[in-house]
Amino acid sequence: MFDTLSSRFDGILTRLRGKGRLTEADVDEVMREIRTALLEADVNVTVVRSVVNRIRERAIGAARSQALDPGQQVIKAVNAELTAILGGETLKIAFASKPPTVVLMAGLQGSGKTTNSAKLANWMKQQGRHPLLVGADLQRPAAVEQLRTLGASIDVPVFSEASDPVRVAARGLEEARRLGRDVLIVDTAGRLSVDAEMMEQVRQISEAISPDYTFLVIDAMTGQDAVTTAESFHATLSIDGVILSKLDGDARGGAALSVKEVIGRPIAFASTGEKLDAFEQFHPDRMAGRILGMGDMLTLIEQAEKAFETDQAEEAAARLLEGQFTLDDFLEQMQQLKKMGPLGGLMGMMPGMPKELKGAKIDDDDLKPVEAIIRSMTRDERTHPGIINGSRRQRIAVGSGTSVAEVNRLVSQFAEMQKMMKRFGGAAALKGGKGSKAAKGAKKGKKGKAPGSFPGAGPKPGFMPPGMHDLPGSGLPGFGDLPGLGGPGGVPGRKR
Amino acid sequence: MEWSIEWIFLLLAALVVAFGFGVFVLNRRRAPARTDRPIAPAPVRKPAPETAVAPETAVAPEPAVAPAVVPPASLRDRMSKARSTLAGAFASVLGRSGIDTDTWDELEEALLRADVGIGVTTGLLDDLRAQVAADKISEPDQLLAMLRSSMRSRLEISERGLRFDPDLDGPNIWMFVGVNGVGKTTTIGKVAAQQTAQGRTLLLAAGDTFRAAAAEQLQTWAERAGAEFVRGAEGGDPSSVIFDGVERASARGIDLVLADTAGRLHTKTNLMEELRKVRRVAEKGTGRVTETLLVIDATTGQNGLVQAREFAEVTDVTGVVLTKLDGSAKGGIVFAIETEMGIPVKLVGVGETAADLIAFDPAEFVDALFES
Repeated sequence: MFDTLSSRFDGILTRLRGKGRLTEADVDEVMREIRTALLEADVNVTVVRSVVNRIRERAIGAARSQALDPGQQVIKAVNAELTAILGGETLKIAFASKPPTVVLMAGLQGSGKTTNSAKLANWMKQQGRHPLLVGADLQRPAAVEQLRTLGASIDVPVFSEASDPVRVAARGLEEARRLGRDVLIVDTAGRLSVDAEMMEQVRQISEAISPDYTFLVIDAMTGQDAVTTAESFHATLSIDGVILSKLDGDARGGAALSVKEVIGRPIAFASTGEKLDAFEQFHPDRMAGRILGMGDMLTLIEQAEKAFETDQAEEAAARLLEGQFTLDDFLEQMQQLKKMGPLGGLMGMMPGMPKELKGAKIDDDDLKPVEAIIRSMTRDERTHPGIINGSRRQRIAVGSGTSVAEVNRLVSQFAEMQKMMKRFGGAAALKGGKGSKAAKGAKKGKKGKAPGSFPGAGPKPGFMPPGMHDLPGSGLPGFGDLPGLGGPGGVPGRKR
Repeated sequence: MEWSIEWIFLLLAALVVAFGFGVFVLNRRRAPARTDRPIAPAPVRKPAPETAVAPETAVAPEPAVAPAVVPPASLRDRMSKARSTLAGAFASVLGRSGIDTDTWDELEEALLRADVGIGVTTGLLDDLRAQVAADKISEPDQLLAMLRSSMRSRLEISERGLRFDPDLDGPNIWMFVGVNGVGKTTTIGKVAAQQTAQGRTLLLAAGDTFRAAAAEQLQTWAERAGAEFVRGAEGGDPSSVIFDGVERASARGIDLVLADTAGRLHTKTNLMEELRKVRRVAEKGTGRVTETLLVIDATTGQNGLVQAREFAEVTDVTGVVLTKLDGSAKGGIVFAIETEMGIPVKLVGVGETAADLIAFDPAEFVDALFES
């Protein structure tokens, strides 16, 4: 059901390409697909209507301009429009000149207020602040206890008392001043926007502490209702920003786009996992790709930068292109990659992954047999897999708890990959070996003989290496010129 | 080398993922037997430290919650509390003298706004268009009546009662599963109150060993309902907590075990496998799982269908509980879940008290969508 927009496009565009240029009827067909994709991503109906109209105008303009690749122009228009709606700026937190900076957390039941209060406190701590958490959710059984446990685990004090929520919040503020805490985060009970009494209560809480920031916590899986909820909370509390929770699932988060469009307030933070540090400032420009199902290159690069040791990576890449890449190097890179986070997440961020793989469930554990096989080899075998004969294979299989067939497969795939990388390296070298051209080299390689025939690896030809033939700059539909997805010029450059 | 370092990272990442994955996919495909490999020991999530940092004041006691003496709420009453955008659209359709393109657009938009989803909506309206053409319908009110009945007919599953087998040797087990924050624990609390009121003896098993204070929350509900309660260590193995619960229930001749589980996103493979194990281990003794209820929040959008599919895959879901229907959300995703998955909605939550968890009535649900 959740076909990515890019894969939908592929079909239409292939057909259109024969025509050379787009007619208005073609544009209409493309617009229908875009509309469906946006609706499936839970973008609000009203927002979809206006977005699609604006995109249509841009696209028809592009169609009339007789551009060489009208399909590209349409995709560019879509992405530009979505990025514009999401807003370019990341919300900057300005701390109050007279501490504490007061933050109020509000939202529906189960949106994740308590967890995100703790996550925000943890984030503030990392910014060198000294937060105090206040548990003003006296409604849900054990909510305060949950906050206390979370507070203890990040070493942030928690204040609460058995009175009424307004009083707790006000006393919390006094407490923060008394203890000299410079940030106050007030967790409130979940409430429905239609519950007048509860909305009045949260308004009173807000009045009692006059917050510098009021954050609305919204579940990334929310459907059309996100807008209704955001509007009524905004009317009562004047929201400063949204915290998008549970973004680590597979929901597209179209709600984010709608809320930004309707209340005009940015998504400030996104919660991306169960651990308390899985919380980051939101980068609006990167969300467009996710809503359209196009991957998130920038975050991927950032995570890679954090995880990989620069020198080692460079060396390994150089060896790789020269065909000197050994299984040891491979093992090394695999370890580095693990630091980037769960593989499943990485796959999702990598643009151009075949749908079958994106949807596949991958556990880091699934790579364990590979690791075990390599670790069961001697140093010589890892450097020169060619020397692995029948008895060595037997030994490796026993040592790693796998079968001879599996060892065989790994060895032959590795050999295949080495060959391919050599060719790829050669192509890159011909082009002058410059970074931005390497991607083009990859495309060459693909057109050349058979890197795609990485044996049995892919459900569709040209699978290997994923993300590579679709690296920005490779000119494939959907990626080449997308702003915000990081074309060569868009990558925060650290050229050496 | 004038490589931009980003490309190097990407190259390596792509390479390693692809290679490792290639091997793995292949293995899976060629050796299906391996998928039966024993599940690794339940992944241990890091338990939160037990010691709390000097709390400034004592823990707030639970506020008194109104006892469940309120008469059962009607779905229609509660749902229409919210301003119904659908009703507005339907009124506008009725206001027109005939059926034109705007009529269809308005209907489509109304259904989409209720989270019915583009797939089901298109299906409904296409059928309707065909019918209108065939029967030469021209009156808007006839059109709406047809839409209403065709929506009802999509919720045709007849068996919506909660399954309880009185002839079992051991206790019946009802498991509650779902993503984070949909209201599993609260739903169990309400079910417990209703079931004890019906004269059944109950035990609540706190299988959510992950979320801080989830067990305390459930314990509060157990005390209110006068049910037995079993919990484990925070961060412990949920399967063993639920197994212990079933064992104790069995020993004391308790009728029904309500098993809570930690909320989990359906994309987390290891947690979904953990759930599969919980379901399996629950039946190791004399007890039998007679209901596995997937709790879904009415605000959930199109992702709800994916949730249903994934949870059904690991736990054989027998019913859906649709919570928070008293808000402004309409819960239209249940159309897709019922028609595509064949899983009936059994209960709906329309308020905070125990009496506000009521049986799902498809006709009433559809009517509530149509009326303001």
